[in-house]
Amino acid sequence: MVDATHGAVEAIPLAEVEDVELYHPKSWVTKYVFCQDAKVIAIQYSITAIAIGLVALVLSWLMRLQLGFPGRFSFIAAGDYYQFITMHGMIMVIYLLTALFLGGFGNYLIPLMVGARDMVFPYVNMLSYWVYLLAVLVLVASFFMPGGPTGAGWTLYPPQAILSGTPGRDWGIVLMLASLILFIIGFTMGGLNYVVTVLQARTRGMTLMRLPLTVWGIFTATVMALLAFPALFVGCVMMLFDRLLGSSFFMPALVEMGEQLKYSGGSPILWQHLFWFFGHPEVYIVAVPAFGIVSDLISTHARKNIFGYRMMVWAIVAIGALSFVVWAHHMYVSGMNPNFGFFFATTTLIIAIPTAIKVYNWVLTLWRGDIHLTVPMLFALGFIVTFVNGGLTGLFLGNVVVDVPLSGTMFVVAHFHMVMGVAPLLVIFGGIYHWYPKVTGRMLNDALGKFHFWVTFLGAYAIYFPMHYLGLMGVPRRYYELGEMAFIPPSAATLNIFITLAALIVGFAQTVFFFNLIWSLFKGKHAGSNPWKATTLEWQTPQTPPGHGNWGKELPVVYRWAYDYSVPGAEQDFLPQNQPAAKRAA
Amino acid sequence: MSITILFLAVMATIVAWWLSRQRLMAKPWLEEGAIGDFPDTGASSLPAAKIGLGVFLAVVGSLFALLIGAYSMQMNMADWRPLPAPKLLWLNTGVLILSSVALQWAQVAAHRGQMDGVRAGLLAGGASALAFLAGQLLVWQELTAAGYFLATNPAYAFFYLITGVHGLHLLGGLVALGRTTDKVWRGFEVDQVRLSVELCTLYWHFLLLVWLFFFSLLAFSPWAGWIYSVCYGLPR
Repeated sequence: MVDATHGAVEAIPLAEVEDVELYHPKSWVTKYVFCQDAKVIAIQYSITAIAIGLVALVLSWLMRLQLGFPGRFSFIAAGDYYQFITMHGMIMVIYLLTALFLGGFGNYLIPLMVGARDMVFPYVNMLSYWVYLLAVLVLVASFFMPGGPTGAGWTLYPPQAILSGTPGRDWGIVLMLASLILFIIGFTMGGLNYVVTVLQARTRGMTLMRLPLTVWGIFTATVMALLAFPALFVGCVMMLFDRLLGSSFFMPALVEMGEQLKYSGGSPILWQHLFWFFGHPEVYIVAVPAFGIVSDLISTHARKNIFGYRMMVWAIVAIGALSFVVWAHHMYVSGMNPNFGFFFATTTLIIAIPTAIKVYNWVLTLWRGDIHLTVPMLFALGFIVTFVNGGLTGLFLGNVVVDVPLSGTMFVVAHFHMVMGVAPLLVIFGGIYHWYPKVTGRMLNDALGKFHFWVTFLGAYAIYFPMHYLGLMGVPRRYYELGEMAFIPPSAATLNIFITLAALIVGFAQTVFFFNLIWSLFKGKHAGSNPWKATTLEWQTPQTPPGHGNWGKELPVVYRWAYDYSVPGAEQDFLPQNQPAAKRAA
Repeated sequence: MSITILFLAVMATIVAWWLSRQRLMAKPWLEEGAIGDFPDTGASSLPAAKIGLGVFLAVVGSLFALLIGAYSMQMNMADWRPLPAPKLLWLNTGVLILSSVALQWAQVAAHRGQMDGVRAGLLAGGASALAFLAGQLLVWQELTAAGYFLATNPAYAFFYLITGVHGLHLLGGLVALGRTTDKVWRGFEVDQVRLSVELCTLYWHFLLLVWLFFFSLLAFSPWAGWIYSVCYGLPR
């Protein structure tokens, strides 16, 4: 394919990758609203996800107010509290984290990082966003329906999810299920794009093993999501049938208020299997992109090549594969066969191996690196610490004997917030600080960023660290108020007040971040094309922000991997991926 | 659950096979290309649309594997009352096989460049797929007339759900098939429709496979239950 006899002459061979015919926006509406450009779709996804995430943040404040000051706020009744829990969990996990990592970061970074002009199916990609927006709107609509949103808990366990005692039984649960179904349809459209773009649209020289780890992370997470989301889809359709058409997929024969319901013969456990078959991979669907992004942040800001690139790739793939065979560790208390528990505990603990490999590699990348404590780096470091913390409690909970007494307590809340709430969010913040200069052409304010980091990072610990102790003390989760419990000392209430105050402060501190985002858009320092001196392709675009079609006339050609930092003898201390060897002062 | 695990195993095999061809043992930090010298990316030579359909079929496959897996899991429940498989389903199955054969024929014709064959194949395939859907509706009617309602028992509900989801997927396929047929009618060249015909055929074969899988579970359910208990003898 390549004429080798010419050696190092300047002539670059014609594009092997066919130049696709680009979609050209004709009007304002097709340029900014119904746009097929992945970069615009990414921004649309991000704004929508963050907006709905703010709703979930407010819901968490309301919950904390109730827990910190039970009975003080008359507008929070028990039913409301359950609705807040449910919506907070579902929004954060699915509509914020999944959508932001895959729809936001994925759309923006995949085409740029692999050297493509756009996603392979731009029209489907556009539809993906609009279906996602519809899903969000349906979800929001449930707040305004009679009875309010569902209060079934974010796991929506039947039979209670559709029985009359649960808040939002009339409309909330129906809209929730419909919204999830829409989300999955929308995600599938986007997911096909991400996967096929990585597979087929890589530019010349971009082998899989030269991909930045960010792309590996998003790619693997997308494959996992494509295989796991159908489980939630199936479950939602079946529960919708149960609720609206009177079938009994998940509903056993039961008596409610002294009245025999018409349901019979279904199995509530079946829902748990379906839900967690999706639910556990989901944890890694938000974690694996975070792993990838954080690898790139650390390598770039420590000016050092990533330690053990191959191991990192293998670990991502191994985690992706293993995450499909651990789902029942969420069901230790469902009364399943103890042999199953043994199997799932073993697989759960095995996941610690590839995960630990990744953590060691991050730390070894930092070892003797030229660490720049920029804001993205601070967030990346915060992630490592938090992820290790949350991961270690995961090792406790992965064991059946430890999980059974703890699974109903605040310990679990602390664990999963650390590992899949705070940790991925820190990466999202780090990623936004890192790529904002590319998206807008301007830097975010550094001082505000550092303030944002320290309040968020320390605040998150102030919130979740004490929860571990509450959990060990036996303070139950999901309870609207604790009331009189002999084993809970009064100090638990004081600790709850402390946590609530911390949560309020951390929440309010986010306004600094949003102020920074908007202020820097107009007043920020001009970034130039490559402010972090990074090697990956998105920083080598001819224009910043990248223009339509990303690359000007010619697609870039990749000559090296993504981590040539601190190269001895190089003009600068790094070599971009598209710089050939011949140019180097040999 | 065993069916889901089986599906996952198949997926894992495909992924492992694909990964094994991607030079995962490469040491990218040692590779440095000079101008004009870069390795093959390893991207497939198949068109993106075909890979896209392949990935989509994996998603749909996961959907059906989970549905059928849930179905087979429930078959072991003590109060499971299986549905008597209506005889009409045998006829429908035959019609769906015919539909797949017709599209295969269209695909072969497209490769040979015979537009008449493509046209005939597409029409026959579309017509028999419609006949299959009509037949499925008749089965539903027959069952409801006999008193097997969705709400009566999970076994019946599963039947309606799975046939419904399968039918909807076929309906979606018919939209694509309709657009392909429309292209053929408007006088496109054989080269311009070949890919569309191939995609439709692949999708049809896939849906046929799903149907045969589900139908065999339904028609031979006592037998399938026996296999289930052998493969899956763990007490629950």
